[in-house]
Amino acid sequence: MFDTLQDRLAATFKSLRGKGRLTDADIDATTREIRIALLEADVALPVVKEFVSHVRDRAKDAELSKVLNPTQQIVKIVNEELISILGGQERPIRFAKSPHPTVIMLAGLQGAGKTTLAGKLGHWLSEQGHSPVLVAADLQRPNAVQQLQVVGERAGVPVYAPQPGNGVGDPVQVARDSLDEARRKLYDVVIVDTAGRLGIDEEMMAQARDIKAAVNPDETLFVVDAMIGQDAVNTARAFEDGVNIDAVVLSKLDGDARGGAALSIARVLGKPIMFASNGEQLTDFDLFHPDRMASRILGMGDMLTLIEQAEKAFDEEQARASAEKLLAGRGEFGLQDFLDQLKQLRSMGPLTKIFGMLPGMGGQMKAALDNLDEREVDRLEAIILSMTPAERADVSILNGSRRARIAKGAGVQVHDVNSLVNRFVDARAMMQSMGPMMGMGGGGARKPRPPKVERSALAMDRSAKKKGKKNKGKKKGTGRQVPTQLAGGAQNPFAKAGPQLPDAAAGGFELPENLRGMFDE
Amino acid sequence: MSTTIWVIIVLAACALVGGVIGGIVHARRTRGELAPGAEPAQIQAPPKTPAEPTAAPERPAEAAEPAAEPPAPALEVPEAPATRMVRLRRRLAGSNNHLARALAELLSADRIDEDVWDDFETTLITSDLGVAPATELVEKLRSELAIEGISEPARARQLLRTELVGLVDPNLDRGLNLDHAEGRPAVIMMVGVNGTGKTTTVGKLGRMLVAQGRSVLFGAADTFRAAAAEQLGTWGERVGVRTVRGDEGADPASVAFNAVDEGIATGADVVLVDTAGRLHTKVGLMDELGKVKRVIEKKAPVNEVLLVLDATTGQNGLAQARIFAEVVDVTGIVLTKLDGSAKGGIVVQVQRELGVPVKFIGLGEGADDLAPFDPEGFVDGLLGE
Repeated sequence: MFDTLQDRLAATFKSLRGKGRLTDADIDATTREIRIALLEADVALPVVKEFVSHVRDRAKDAELSKVLNPTQQIVKIVNEELISILGGQERPIRFAKSPHPTVIMLAGLQGAGKTTLAGKLGHWLSEQGHSPVLVAADLQRPNAVQQLQVVGERAGVPVYAPQPGNGVGDPVQVARDSLDEARRKLYDVVIVDTAGRLGIDEEMMAQARDIKAAVNPDETLFVVDAMIGQDAVNTARAFEDGVNIDAVVLSKLDGDARGGAALSIARVLGKPIMFASNGEQLTDFDLFHPDRMASRILGMGDMLTLIEQAEKAFDEEQARASAEKLLAGRGEFGLQDFLDQLKQLRSMGPLTKIFGMLPGMGGQMKAALDNLDEREVDRLEAIILSMTPAERADVSILNGSRRARIAKGAGVQVHDVNSLVNRFVDARAMMQSMGPMMGMGGGGARKPRPPKVERSALAMDRSAKKKGKKNKGKKKGTGRQVPTQLAGGAQNPFAKAGPQLPDAAAGGFELPENLRGMFDE
Repeated sequence: MSTTIWVIIVLAACALVGGVIGGIVHARRTRGELAPGAEPAQIQAPPKTPAEPTAAPERPAEAAEPAAEPPAPALEVPEAPATRMVRLRRRLAGSNNHLARALAELLSADRIDEDVWDDFETTLITSDLGVAPATELVEKLRSELAIEGISEPARARQLLRTELVGLVDPNLDRGLNLDHAEGRPAVIMMVGVNGTGKTTTVGKLGRMLVAQGRSVLFGAADTFRAAAAEQLGTWGERVGVRTVRGDEGADPASVAFNAVDEGIATGADVVLVDTAGRLHTKVGLMDELGKVKRVIEKKAPVNEVLLVLDATTGQNGLAQARIFAEVVDVTGIVLTKLDGSAKGGIVVQVQRELGVPVKFIGLGEGADDLAPFDPEGFVDGLLGE
């Protein structure tokens, strides 16, 4: 069973290696793989069909690129198509002209995350200088009103809840009154949390329509769970017909669902996806990034997310120092540094998942890691922890008796210790040979690597903008033109950190052959 | 610190760690030696549902007398399970007749060619059945039709029904295991990702058990989501079931422990423990869930761990089920929100992968909209019979 489109296509093209040109038959073979990959990512069937035929047409017309092999070329086309469907641009909230308050209405299925989202949205808006109020118009679900009150309290946002809920009270009246309340207390944004409802429940849809008519919202947001399957299209259509939605919010994106539903909804309704909610904390909420979503649907790895997680998990200075040490060579990088890295990496989640986010992981390496038992890693940690600081710093002092002692301490066999030490030395040597390539350390061959997948100019601009938050001084348009030949390798990223490298890495970094070779022996 | 540096750090760390670990794992395997740590920690086997028919009276489906003794006159009387089944069939049939239609089209075509079969396969896929099971089913149906030379729709429909029932596997024991030692309640844990309907299911299941004349206690071990305990408490009040609660943010394991403790003290038959929704990818939260179960087991064995799956869930349901099963040893599945337009085909895959049966289905927001899962009824509903 293949996990990602890239794997599938790679398998299809195995026989074509060295072939410079895609025939019609090759293209037809790939479209079936694309179809299955998209279906497994929960993209709705009608959307898949249309998408696949589109990709087929483009693939036939496409000029063969010199840089990309057929697999990469198809993946590139698919990726670009995905991004274009998901919408290239951010869609900001349309605020009402004062003195009227801006009204945002949330609608969706039960359990999609509307109430939680109301809190996050309120928090986000108040951080931007607005004064929002949350309106408890879910009078259906037991204690939904209390939940909103607690959420509001946590978010530091006032809640308007005149009715106790649990089936008591008229949500339409509550919604209507909330506008007066907002005018009276000078709130400028009103967020109406409605009860969850099914698309086929006519009665409840009529109620939603009534609420909408009563408050005349500036934005009606459809909240949908990223894990939703083929039903996404039916549901989205039902809500579109029922209440006329303006934009979509994807919730629970912090799971490992591919989120193909986002694509289906964007395509079928032609509505933009405005926000993505990706965690349980109030701050886990962000504008939607189409380019990341595209990679995710394809299962191509998600470097940007990985990096963001790393930024949370890693200790900045320490990580930087140890990376420099590692790549600079001279054997300074010891087992203690390795242990630190390992621990930080593990704090980001299960190792298999982290490696899964690396693009270009394929074949045997993936197979080896899929079966990775975290307890094996615990054992490795135990071995290192059984060493003295001096031994960790310099593995060359490990003689037979030291190794025997360490094995005893960690409860393993001596050959386990040997194996760890040997692997470590090999991996370190290999990383050091890569040092110059990554623009660190001195000397060595500087081989520019071509990017596997070019990012669209839009995606580029977006991620540059994102980086702008952390990297104040940089102009956001620097990376508008994607260099076909990656020059990043020749620059020293510490001196000048252009956005080219991360983007190329995000799209097309593949672990070097020699590293993969380690798994294939 | 720029993103570039992070890229390098992350790649370096991943490459190095991956290199060392992958190499060692690989080397270990090639040596043909079982990794010392690879032994699954099967220390306590889950209490198995007894296979003998003595369990029959405990099956809610067959519980004949519903509200034999309503807890108090002021309380609501839950609906009998038997009449629930009727509603279940009606609802399923009402919303899910795509398959039947596709089948009719399939048979009415003059010549059944690749395209027609493709369409049929895709219809199966749209019920979230998954690509592999759908393909398998189509292959089987194709060869059977070819061998038997079937042309009349009734026979083909029969064939499809048999294949679908086979996929759902009617031979699994779908009764709720409520065996408990004297003085110790049966414990049922409800687990799942956020927003699938765990709390609601606990409430509905509690009603169902009350309808069977059992004394029930709720444990509100969802101490994370705002007002989750209140939500469960409201459910409990309606049927006279007490809810054991902790403070918001309290250790869920301690709340569960107290609930079981109180269940023992009051001589309750069943303790239903509601847990906080958690995404299966959050390691820390999954560890917490494992702890809740371990801590409960200090007091009484856990009879059932029910995984609540939302019928709208797509292929990710499989990943969820796998990880939850790994952490807490799921013994049954509850498929909720089946009253919508989603068909919940994912359970077929989940059931097949875990070998754990679907025990209940949720059919709406009404207090009694929970029914025992009936494979034949489910399939008939899919086929629009």
